[in-house]
Amino acid sequence: MNLPIYLDNNATTPMDPRVLEAMLPYFNAKFGNAASRNHAFGWAAEEGVDYAREQVAQLIGANEKEIIFTSGATESDNLAIKGVFEMYKDKGNHIITCVTEHKAVLDACKHVEKLGGSVTYLPVKSDGLIDLTELEAAVTEKTILIAIMYGNNEIGVIQPVKEISAIAHKHGALFMTDATQAVGKIPVDVNADGIDLMAFSGHKMYGPKGVGALYVRRKNPRVKVTAQIDGGGHERGMRSGTLNVPGIVGLGKAAELCRLEMNEEAIRLSALRDKLQASLTVLEESYVNGNVEHRLPHVANISFKYVEGEGLMMAMKDLAVSSGSACTSASLEPSYVLKSLGLSDDLAHSSIRYGLGRFTTEEEVDYAIEQTKKAVNHLRDLSPLWEMFKEGIDLDTVEWAEH
Amino acid sequence: MAYSDKVIDHYTNPRNVGTLDKSQNSVGTGLVGAPECGDVMRLQIQVDSNNVITDAKFKTFGCGSAIASSSLATEWLKGKSIDDAMKIDNMDIVEELALPPVKIHCSVLAEDAIKAAINDYRVKNGLEAFEVAKSHH
Repeated sequence: MNLPIYLDNNATTPMDPRVLEAMLPYFNAKFGNAASRNHAFGWAAEEGVDYAREQVAQLIGANEKEIIFTSGATESDNLAIKGVFEMYKDKGNHIITCVTEHKAVLDACKHVEKLGGSVTYLPVKSDGLIDLTELEAAVTEKTILIAIMYGNNEIGVIQPVKEISAIAHKHGALFMTDATQAVGKIPVDVNADGIDLMAFSGHKMYGPKGVGALYVRRKNPRVKVTAQIDGGGHERGMRSGTLNVPGIVGLGKAAELCRLEMNEEAIRLSALRDKLQASLTVLEESYVNGNVEHRLPHVANISFKYVEGEGLMMAMKDLAVSSGSACTSASLEPSYVLKSLGLSDDLAHSSIRYGLGRFTTEEEVDYAIEQTKKAVNHLRDLSPLWEMFKEGIDLDTVEWAEH
Repeated sequence: MAYSDKVIDHYTNPRNVGTLDKSQNSVGTGLVGAPECGDVMRLQIQVDSNNVITDAKFKTFGCGSAIASSSLATEWLKGKSIDDAMKIDNMDIVEELALPPVKIHCSVLAEDAIKAAINDYRVKNGLEAFEVAKSHH
């Protein structure tokens, strides 16, 4: 076992060596521009891109013509939201999303508001799922798009996408989903799920960074987005720019591997995740954040009350995890996702996210359990809050000198 | 962000962790910060009849820099007179621990905790609390 141990697979995944191998020829021998239609170099590059497009489409049950390659999920989210708003603004200006979305969705929505759009940010229930009745009540005649993520990056909860898309379509709106954390981890089928637009990324599924895709439905209904990058009219005019051929080939290979291996991988990872979670919630005053039934197989977000997340991560120096603690960001505000579950700030500060992945072993998980337990106990010995809790003092009644 | 060696040292081997009997008149207790902000420090001093701090203990809920700042504060307090202890400035802690700008609030909190402990001791013993400048907040 090599230290440190990587358990931050929601941030990024290591690239699968088989993906790297598939990419390598496109850095040298097959260096051509996929848009060069008149010589063998261009054809070789184009062939690689075409094959990758099929591999990606197959993973999500789409037609290859419905895949637009981008630089990653952030760009895809931007293209979907801004592009739909521009394309359909004569039909309406209202978009519905939710407060736990990734910043790429939230900030794109804020941008749309500046352009005259109206956006509803739905709250979530304490388990992180949206309320479908509230969603339907928020729909107006002007609603053109419902944008709700598939699986959440911080807590891993899976939104009821089928039910959401049914509501969207009943009211003549499009359904877009940021599926960055879900694609390649759990079965995602654009037809079965009723998805009209879907953003995802290579580096969250053992592919390279700097490449992603936007699925754009071509039939029932035919969806169009206004391009956000103008130029040579690549990707059916929706995303100009010379194609990142090695990246796209890598995304394709990563998609193929996920399609073939994700079912077994999900079973293995959810067993390891459950072991980790069960072993850590044995600790007093530890709480799992988010719905545990509708959740990605590889994620567990746990708050260890009375210890602070960054301090905890420092004590677990051989584990690479992440925390919703304010101290990890310059803003000093704890995670907005955890706060929107109704978690008090102190529990949000005390959270650790464990993201397992394809290369995580049981030995590593066992080590992570031991390290976490040791660190939590060590920090609780240092924590005045823990001492007060043990003395039976209700911390809510203490007058804190806020700084 | 990498931590300085001194932060890591204090964090890994915190000095003077513990609790003094706050019911005693010779003990002053400062509890500063708030759980919602992610930092709470409790710093205690034991003072002898010559106004010298003979012992200091802390417990801190917070990040590594907050723990290191309070650990260092207890080290500095031991053996100091109350008057000298009042002169400890948060920037001394920043310098000693090489705290980055984003962690300066940890040192501020430690200075606040020192002053709160001293004032608690003074009030307990019928003395007037020192006025605490809040300029760095």
